[in-house]
Amino acid sequence: MQLQHLLGIEPLQPQQINEILDLADQYADRNRTSSRNSEVLAGCTQINMFFENSTRTQASFEIAGKRLGADVMNIAMQASSIKKGETLVDTALTLNAMHPDLLVVRHPHSGAVDLLAQKVNCAVLNAGDGRHEHPTQALLDALTIRRSKGRLHRLNIAICGDIAHSRVARSNLILLGKMENRIRLIGPATLMPAGISGFGAEVFHNMEEGLKDVDVVMMLRLQRERMDGGFIPSEREYYHRYGLNAAKLSNAKPDAIVMHPGPMNRGVEIDGDIADDLSRSVIQEQVEMGVAVRMAAMEILMRNRRQNLEEAQR
Amino acid sequence: MYYERTQRPSYVRQNSDVCLDLYSGPHRSNDLGGWMTSLRITNVHLIDPELQTIQLGSLTIIDGRIAADDLSAPTLDGGGKYLAPGIVDIGVKVCEPGERHKESFRSAGLAAAAGGVTTMVTRPDTDPAIDSPETLEFATRRAQAACAVHTYQMAALTKGRLGREMTEIGFMQDAGAVAFTDCDLVVSDTKVLARALTYAQQLGALVIGHPQDPGLSKGAAATTGKFASLRAIPAASPMAERLGLERDLALVEMTGAKYHADQISTALALPALERAKQQGLDVTAGVSIHHLTLNEFDVADYRSFFKVKPPLRSEEDRLAMVAALAAGILDIISSMHTPQDEESKRLPYEQAASGAVALETLLPAALRLYHADHLSLPQLFRAMSLNPAKLLGLPGGSLAHGAPADLILFDPDTPFVLDRFKLRSKSKNTPFDGQLMQGQVLATFVHGQKVYQR
Repeated sequence: MQLQHLLGIEPLQPQQINEILDLADQYADRNRTSSRNSEVLAGCTQINMFFENSTRTQASFEIAGKRLGADVMNIAMQASSIKKGETLVDTALTLNAMHPDLLVVRHPHSGAVDLLAQKVNCAVLNAGDGRHEHPTQALLDALTIRRSKGRLHRLNIAICGDIAHSRVARSNLILLGKMENRIRLIGPATLMPAGISGFGAEVFHNMEEGLKDVDVVMMLRLQRERMDGGFIPSEREYYHRYGLNAAKLSNAKPDAIVMHPGPMNRGVEIDGDIADDLSRSVIQEQVEMGVAVRMAAMEILMRNRRQNLEEAQR
Repeated sequence: MYYERTQRPSYVRQNSDVCLDLYSGPHRSNDLGGWMTSLRITNVHLIDPELQTIQLGSLTIIDGRIAADDLSAPTLDGGGKYLAPGIVDIGVKVCEPGERHKESFRSAGLAAAAGGVTTMVTRPDTDPAIDSPETLEFATRRAQAACAVHTYQMAALTKGRLGREMTEIGFMQDAGAVAFTDCDLVVSDTKVLARALTYAQQLGALVIGHPQDPGLSKGAAATTGKFASLRAIPAASPMAERLGLERDLALVEMTGAKYHADQISTALALPALERAKQQGLDVTAGVSIHHLTLNEFDVADYRSFFKVKPPLRSEEDRLAMVAALAAGILDIISSMHTPQDEESKRLPYEQAASGAVALETLLPAALRLYHADHLSLPQLFRAMSLNPAKLLGLPGGSLAHGAPADLILFDPDTPFVLDRFKLRSKSKNTPFDGQLMQGQVLATFVHGQKVYQR
C-alpha cells in the first residue's frame, strides 16, 4: 500500500512499519560512517512547520532532510503570520502554492495535521499533533528496541508517566500493540486517559509492581505545558512514587533497557544516574535512531510521491 | 406599560404587500392566487399529536385557522401524503444582532419554511446578547419585517449572559419574551441563579437551563471515553450533565420556578429528571436532533461539523434518549440550529466553533427514528409541535378546530442525498452533508398562507 502521508501509527500495517524500520536500520548504520550523505531526495523541497517549540525534533528533521540531499526550510511559526491572525489552513495553502514536496508539521492541537493534509497537494509528515500522535517517535523507539533486544514482538514493555497528555505514549501504545507486545501503563490515575481498559494494556498505579519482569522501561516527561493544572499534588510526591531510580528499576529484568523520548526532567521522572548509565539507558541511541527513522520515512514518502506523479502523468 | 409587545403578534398579516415581500426566493404561493381565505386539503394522512392518531381525511382552513369541514372551499389534493401541525422549534439561533452574515431572520425564515418549522423560538446568545428590552425590541422588529414564519424571542437570564446580575425579566416579559435563558453559558454562582429563579417564579416566567457543570465541562469538545482518548480531544464526562441538572433541579425545588432543560443527552441525567417530574416540579426537558441521530464515533477524523454542545455521546446514550422520548421522560425535540460560517469550522477540532444548522434537517433526521420503528409519527410531532407550543403557551401544535393553520404537508419516504450547499440557511454547517436521508416537506402553511412549496 502506497503511503502518501505519515499522519500517525494507527493507519499503518505491521508490514509498512517493518518496511520503514528496515530502511531506517540501514540508514542508522550508514550514519555512523563518513559516507552518510546521499542524493536520494535531491531536488525535493522540505518545509518544517513547527507551531510548537521544539529544538531536538526540528533539528532531527532538518539533519535527516539535508542528509538525503533535500532543500530544507524551517519556518518559525511563532514569529509568523499566525500572530497576525492567519488561520492554519491559510498558512498551509500559502505554502502549498509554492509547491513544496514535503511538509513536516508539529501543532499543539490534536487533529490539526490531519486537517492540513486534506488541504495541501504535497506529502505531510506529522511531527506531533497535540496529544494525539507522534509517529516518528514511536518508530524510532521501535527501532531502538529492535536493535537492543534483537526483536520487536513478545516483549514486556512498561510505559510510565503522564500517559493522558502524551502523544508519544499513544503512538507507542498503538505501534507496540500492532507488533504483539505486552504493554503496561504505569502512572497516577489522574494521568491515565479515560477508557483505558479498552486500550489493550494493563494499568498499574504502583510502579514496583508494574515494572516486575519488564524488558523495556519507557519513561515519559511530565507534560506541564499540556496540563491545565492540579493533576498531581507536587513534583516531589510524583518523583517518590513514579520517578525511576535504581531501586524501582531492580524490579525489572536485569537486562531491561531504559528509554526516554526527551527532554528529561532529572529528578522528576528519572534519576540522573539511571539516565547516564549506558549499560541500561538507550536514551542517546534513541536520538541517533531518530535521524535514521526520519530519513527512512521521508524517503518512502517521496518515493511514493514520485511514483504517484509519474502515474498521473501517464 | 413601560414596555409593551411590539405591534401585533407576528402571525397576523393584514397587509398583502408585506406578505409578497417575504417570498423573495423561487418559492411563491402565487399558484393559489395570493391571499386565500379558505382552503380544503384533501386526501391526506392527518397526524394528530394530541389524539396520537393518523387518519386519512381532509382538513379545512378558514381565515387562517383550522375549521370544521367546508365542502365549498377550494381544494388542494394532498396526494395521499401526510399533514401535521408545523414544528415549533425552541432554541433556534438567528444571528441578529451581530453576525447577520451567518444567519438573518430572512434566511432563517426561508430555511424554517422549507424545513417545516412554522414557529421559531429564537435564542438570545447573539452579539450583543438579547439582555435588555431594547435589544429584544430590535430582534422582534427585525423578525416581523423579514421572517416568513412565526417567531418568538427568548431573552437572557443574566446581563451579558455573564451570570452575575439578572436581566429586566419583568420588562422583557412585557415586551414579549417567552422564556429566559443564558443558553450555553451556565450560571455558576448558585446564589445568582437562585435569585433569578425566585424573581422569574413570581412573574410566572419560564427559565430554560443548559444543564452542565461548568467546572467539569470546561474546555471540553468531546465526551470522556475511549474515542476521545484515542483522538486526544479534551473531553467531559456525562456526569457533568447529571451534576448540572441535579443542581438546577434542586434550585427549582427551592424556588418553585418553571424550568426547562434545553438539552439532555446522557442516560445518567434521566433519573434526576424522572424524580423531579414525579415530585411534581414544573419541569420539562428537551433533546437535540443531533443527540437522537448521531453518536461520538461520527466525529471520525476530527470532522468539525459534528462538533456540537453538549458533545455527541455514546451509542448507548443516544438509544437511551430515543427510549426516554418514547416514554415521555423527554418532552421536546429541538433543532438547536446554530449557524457557523466556514471559517469558524475550518480550524483544528479543539478550536473550531460548536454547533450545527438544523432547521432543514430536523424533519428528515427525526424521520430516521420513525423509519427505524423507534417512534411513531404522532409521537414525533407531539415532541416537535404540540409539547413545545404547550410549554410556551403558544397557539399551534395541534389540529384542533380554532388552532392557527400552521401546517406541513410532507412525504416521509422520499429519499435524497443532503447537499449542504442547497440549504437555504446562510451557513451550511450540517453534519448530515452527503448523507442519505428520507422525508421532504412538500408545502408549509403559516396561518393558512402557503409560505413554502417544493
